[in-house]
Amino acid sequence: MTRIAIDPITRIEGHLRIEVEIENGKVKDAWSTGTMFRGLETIIQGRDPRDAWLFAQRACGVCTTVHALASVRAVEAALGITIPPNARLVRNMIAGSQFVHDHVVHFYHLHALDWVDVVSATKADPAKTSQLQQSLSDWKNSSTAYFQGVQDRIKTFVGSGQLGPFANGYWGHPAYKLSPEANLLAVAHYLEALEWQRNIVRIHAILGGKNPHPQTYVVGGMALRMAPDAPTGLNTKSADQIAGYIATARDFVKKVYLPDVAYIASQYKEWAEIGTGIGNYMAYGDFADSSGAPGSFIFPGGRIVDRDLSKVAPVDQAKIAETVAHSWYEYSDGDATAKHPFQGETRPKYEGPAPPFETLEGFEKYTWLKAPRYEDKAYEVGPLARMLVGYASGNAPIKAAVDGLLAKLGVGPAALFSTLGRIAARALETEILVDKLQGWLDELRGNMAAGRLAVADNRLWDPASWPAEAQGWGSEEAPRGSLGHWVVIKDRKVANYQLVVPSTWNGSPRDPSGQRGAWEQALIGTPVADPTQPVEILRTVHSFDPCMACAVHVYDPRAGSSTRIRVV
Amino acid sequence: MTSGIDQQPTMNLAEQLAARGVSRRGFLKFCAAMAGTLAMPPAFAHDIVRGLQNASRIPIIWLEGQDCAGNSEALLRAERPTVAEILLDTISLDYNHLIMAASGTRTDENIAAAMARPGGYIAIVEGSIPLADGGVYCTIGGRTFAEMAREVCSNALGVIAVGSCAWDGGIPAARGGATGAVGVASWLGDSKVKVINLPGCPMNPENLSALIVQYLATKTWAPTDNLGRPLFAYGDTVHSTCESLPHFRKKEFVQAWGDAGHQNGWCLYQMGCKGPDTNANCSTVKFNGGTSWPVSSGHGCVGCTTPRFWDNMVPLYVAGGAKDTATPTPVAYATPVPGTPIHTTPATPGSSATATSPGGANADQGDGGDSTGLIVGVGAGAVAVVAGAAGAAVALRNRRMKAAQAAKAPPPADSSETGDSK
Repeated sequence: MTRIAIDPITRIEGHLRIEVEIENGKVKDAWSTGTMFRGLETIIQGRDPRDAWLFAQRACGVCTTVHALASVRAVEAALGITIPPNARLVRNMIAGSQFVHDHVVHFYHLHALDWVDVVSATKADPAKTSQLQQSLSDWKNSSTAYFQGVQDRIKTFVGSGQLGPFANGYWGHPAYKLSPEANLLAVAHYLEALEWQRNIVRIHAILGGKNPHPQTYVVGGMALRMAPDAPTGLNTKSADQIAGYIATARDFVKKVYLPDVAYIASQYKEWAEIGTGIGNYMAYGDFADSSGAPGSFIFPGGRIVDRDLSKVAPVDQAKIAETVAHSWYEYSDGDATAKHPFQGETRPKYEGPAPPFETLEGFEKYTWLKAPRYEDKAYEVGPLARMLVGYASGNAPIKAAVDGLLAKLGVGPAALFSTLGRIAARALETEILVDKLQGWLDELRGNMAAGRLAVADNRLWDPASWPAEAQGWGSEEAPRGSLGHWVVIKDRKVANYQLVVPSTWNGSPRDPSGQRGAWEQALIGTPVADPTQPVEILRTVHSFDPCMACAVHVYDPRAGSSTRIRVV
Repeated sequence: MTSGIDQQPTMNLAEQLAARGVSRRGFLKFCAAMAGTLAMPPAFAHDIVRGLQNASRIPIIWLEGQDCAGNSEALLRAERPTVAEILLDTISLDYNHLIMAASGTRTDENIAAAMARPGGYIAIVEGSIPLADGGVYCTIGGRTFAEMAREVCSNALGVIAVGSCAWDGGIPAARGGATGAVGVASWLGDSKVKVINLPGCPMNPENLSALIVQYLATKTWAPTDNLGRPLFAYGDTVHSTCESLPHFRKKEFVQAWGDAGHQNGWCLYQMGCKGPDTNANCSTVKFNGGTSWPVSSGHGCVGCTTPRFWDNMVPLYVAGGAKDTATPTPVAYATPVPGTPIHTTPATPGSSATATSPGGANADQGDGGDSTGLIVGVGAGAVAVVAGAAGAAVALRNRRMKAAQAAKAPPPADSSETGDSK
């Protein structure tokens, strides 16, 4: 048996270490470790609740808007504020375009290099790449000359002797199965996506002032200048610009991203049986229509238990609890206790080896992530969970999208419970959302034309109008999965602030009963041809799109108490 | 060769550009755009042309400590030049967690190779450096980030601290933080290496491009203010070039989100805009290809390029800001001694926490009344830089407190205090 550590896991947000034991060429056991801690929740405490979103947004710079949204939703829930329709539409547009941006960037820039051999692309015949492209879609960049140009660019880059971000990849590893021509196609799209993503985030720049970290959220709505003839912000002209960005986004998603995912999946079909994981899936649900009702969610909420797609169980946030038996924290009444966020505690206590260290083997506690559980069970959240919950709920657009892809690949629904299933689900929901953006924009244009210009409900803006105590939670489907923020407000200050984020669900360590988290479980059985070049492990870990900075966090429910806990 | 590729002799930038079909004209245009961002006269473009013609792609080692990757993401949004041009033509991004192909121990090889390059390398640091408890709050490959940052930065041609966390500790160092987070200049202490700060949350990538290109062209770093911020980007307040300045002068202020003034581009000062106190070029360079910036879209500046803005610029929505009085007593941290490998410092939690050794800039989490005594034991070089930041923060607070007293409701007079020259 061989034990190896991969640290840092790159092409993710943040700091992740994975240790695995390999036996007979397969992963026998796995441990997921978050190696960085900031303590955002305690920093938010004592602040003006209207400021909380700006702090919470800094949980992650990759999913750079989701925590701001969850935060204002939590405070609005606590105060009983209903935002006006324009604010809902603008938030949907920002969040929806975030999904589209994030998923495409994940596929090409964070995940593709696990499947695509960049160096092999230099050996491709550009004419054959051109034929391949034309067989996949009618994307404009498909000529031999185009791919020749890309190949020349890559050859020049490689020939310069400076491989930059491509240096020391596992190039030439036998697990890479694409032809040189397909590799050239993917590398071309890697570069195109790099340019494309700059373009689509201009939707955030117009509606949010900038990206990363758009800055127009406010409790009660959006601080957006909005009027047909507003000098800046959202006006007739910038609405037209947004329409252009949406068209560009749709074009790329449908003609490049989706065909690439389907093609690459068809070349790696064995990965539909690898990376299965826990088998429990959860989504809170999100993206309401004008009614705001959960029944109108584009992504329905619910749970799938033990891969049983015949029924969908409801989600009740009161049944969520966290343990720290294997995390670098302690609870006052014992680390085996399971605590709901409202009963949680902030007691970071590092008990790992003194750096520098080689391994965490033998350490009972091994991560800065806690272990969230629903009714004591581990769950996977994210695109696959959303698509499965939607599929099992009979949601028509989701069912059509999933069935379409399964038919194209010639596989049954069981193939979804896999590394490949996660990649496919991410692509499917991208298409669903990119098709919604134009509709939201049209609604906004209609409201502008009709003079319905309210962007915020300001009636409770002044904290003097608030009750002495209030509490609420904001839930959201973020690109990486179900996200919840909880806020307790006392005397117009944040008395307690808590986040339960997707990567804490997925990247969690074991719980007191020994149940592994989703990444740990999914890695078991993953083949590893060469332990010194474990590209297969990266494939399964990256299929979850880990995001570590927001996964590491702490709770402190003791309203009004001192928030700094020293490790002594 | 693990890459399976034979290393070729390094080509200079002009050769590389020519090899991929970038015309002389395109190259000149690029240099002119750079001169513009650098706020230099057009003639400076010639210096850039001359300098870049002989430059090869400079190796960059981009380190992430306590961060959110927002600055790495910002790099991906670079427009002038574009991110693809930067990655393929301008720099050699040999180490960056967000996009590098290598994982695990292979990443060490990337760092070693970049550090061994004969022409040297630039270190970029994103995120703060946690010093409490022997540095255990951020480890990479089993080593503390503090140790890694010191090793990489100490031998660099220069260190660029991107974002506010790498500058002054940022959000992990804000009130309530308990990890002993400090900025890179503070941690490097008396090291001789030049540290340039690009604060912002995140930084504007156009400023990073301009800074690097100027260095490649002239082999000198852009001049900075006493907080280590390049003057070309942080020389003026956002207020002084704000599009809403005419409304400020006419005392036309937004009173509520979505009111007629808001729709008509009026000034956001009374909604908490911190523009008058904030030095940055957001209002001129803007973001995402000049598409917008927060005030254009409708929300005030939050002052993210100012010292300790997470504590000094809040509450956000109070006109001119007001010092948050709820600040607790600062905590002392176990601070590793600079130059000493972290793992040799007492790792036993709490054992070396003493009141006489406040952890770098965390000391400024105090009540704001006294920001002296900063950076005890962290090195003389940093004292100058960060104590400067503290001094500026105090001055800023005083200014704002005065402004708040002067105007519970009435807008501030259009005075030199706001940095507004008539």
